[in-house]
Amino acid sequence: MLGQLKKTQDPCLLVGIDTADDAGVYKINETTALIQTLDFFTPIVDDPYLFGQIAAANSLSDVYAMGGKPLTVMNIVAFPMNCLPPEVLRDILMGGQDKVIEAGAVIVGGHSIDDPEPKYGLSVTGIVHPNKILTNAGARLGDILIITKAIGTGVLATAARAEMFPDGVLASIESMATLNRRAAEVAIQYEIHSCTDITGFGLLGHAYEMASGSGVAMKIKAGDMPLLPDAAEAAAMGLVPAGAYTNREYLTTVSIDPSVPVHLQDLCFDPQTSGGLLLSVAPESAQSLLRELQQSGIKQARIIGEVISGERGEIYVY
Amino acid sequence: MSTNIDGRGLACPGPVIAIKKALEGISSGIVTILLDNKIAKENVVKFATTHGCGVSITEQEGDFLLTVCKGGAQPEQTMRADNAVAGDTVYVFTQDTLGQGNRELGAILIKGFLYTLLETTPKPKTLLFMNAGVLLTVEGSPVTDHLSKLAEGGVEILSCGTCLDYFAVKDKLAIGVITNMYTIVETMTTATKVITL
Repeated sequence: MLGQLKKTQDPCLLVGIDTADDAGVYKINETTALIQTLDFFTPIVDDPYLFGQIAAANSLSDVYAMGGKPLTVMNIVAFPMNCLPPEVLRDILMGGQDKVIEAGAVIVGGHSIDDPEPKYGLSVTGIVHPNKILTNAGARLGDILIITKAIGTGVLATAARAEMFPDGVLASIESMATLNRRAAEVAIQYEIHSCTDITGFGLLGHAYEMASGSGVAMKIKAGDMPLLPDAAEAAAMGLVPAGAYTNREYLTTVSIDPSVPVHLQDLCFDPQTSGGLLLSVAPESAQSLLRELQQSGIKQARIIGEVISGERGEIYVY
Repeated sequence: MSTNIDGRGLACPGPVIAIKKALEGISSGIVTILLDNKIAKENVVKFATTHGCGVSITEQEGDFLLTVCKGGAQPEQTMRADNAVAGDTVYVFTQDTLGQGNRELGAILIKGFLYTLLETTPKPKTLLFMNAGVLLTVEGSPVTDHLSKLAEGGVEILSCGTCLDYFAVKDKLAIGVITNMYTIVETMTTATKVITL
């Protein structure tokens, strides 16, 4: 749909709307470019403080996915002022604020409207050196693909609504509320060719965007994908969100080897909230990057595939 | 015992919760659930399969009727016991032979078909005879034996009155009852599956 809009001709616009990237990047001078992004959504957990944390971590993630550092944020709030107690809103904002502080950024303001359905998120401004931007369009042949968080938040959100798999649901909330800060800080020390964060289009949707933007193909080993606890069991018993089916239908360049169990296929398409980073890294750096990620507390980091030659955007899952 | 759930309009994971609750309440038996979208269908099939249940699906006007069998229960037994309409099939015979082409071959095939139907379970709910198909239900038909046995087994045999009139054989009806277009339409509309021969 964005393709129908006029193309912007400003030479300072380094990343715009035409490459389906995580955030826009605008060059201020030779050493600084601004990263701008915003995201907000409806509650995905009952606890308002946790919802605030997750929404903020999710919004901040786009800056990390561009290789940048968040500086300032603004709250975006929709809230039924007359229906829910003000403490709920306070808790959402406190959750958000705690993540912003953890990110080393500051809240400079925001905007709220009265709305029957609560929504929360952040508009985030960050900075990056113009030569060190990580786009989702730089993956090269032979690169190794690493992801930094376990998959399954969509399936486990469905499990939460079904009041099943409480352990997995808790692990999922903890994962969603975790910033991608540390993962990004470690990653930018290495030769990263491309980076994006895994959100609503699922692992394969974002892998597709990266492959398509980079003009390459990828192969992904489904069995190597790190999974949240209970995610496999929940997917197998049909707690698969509608978004996973929509993603599967939309992603026509994905081919899956029939030997991959259906529940793993579903998890490959599972829409993630505040998911991890997908890194395309030079093969010689892959093992040491993986090791350092895991030693830095990002224990779920895994190598899941590689960049191969083939039709642009083609993904082979085996 | 069978439980019938109308899961239409339930948002994900509603249908899975519904089937889970229903199956938890029984050690063996049949649960049918009517669903209005593919995603709900896929998810309920996944649930049933991972819980060791058999599941069969019939599609009707964009909805899906899933018959989930727990603990080795067989759908046809329960249907007979409950007289359940669910999972019922209607065969429509529009000629007195089977298929186009050679009439002699068609006559052999229709005998073979009805004999096989007699030997197969689950049985259809209704056999509907229209146009030259009514020549199969009247005296002198080569398949009266097969049809009587099917009728004895509980299969409804309906012949179109207008058609019997047209071929002037109304007084020669040997098996089943005469029906009208209203009943024909209703039978076909409420069937879970209609097979026209």
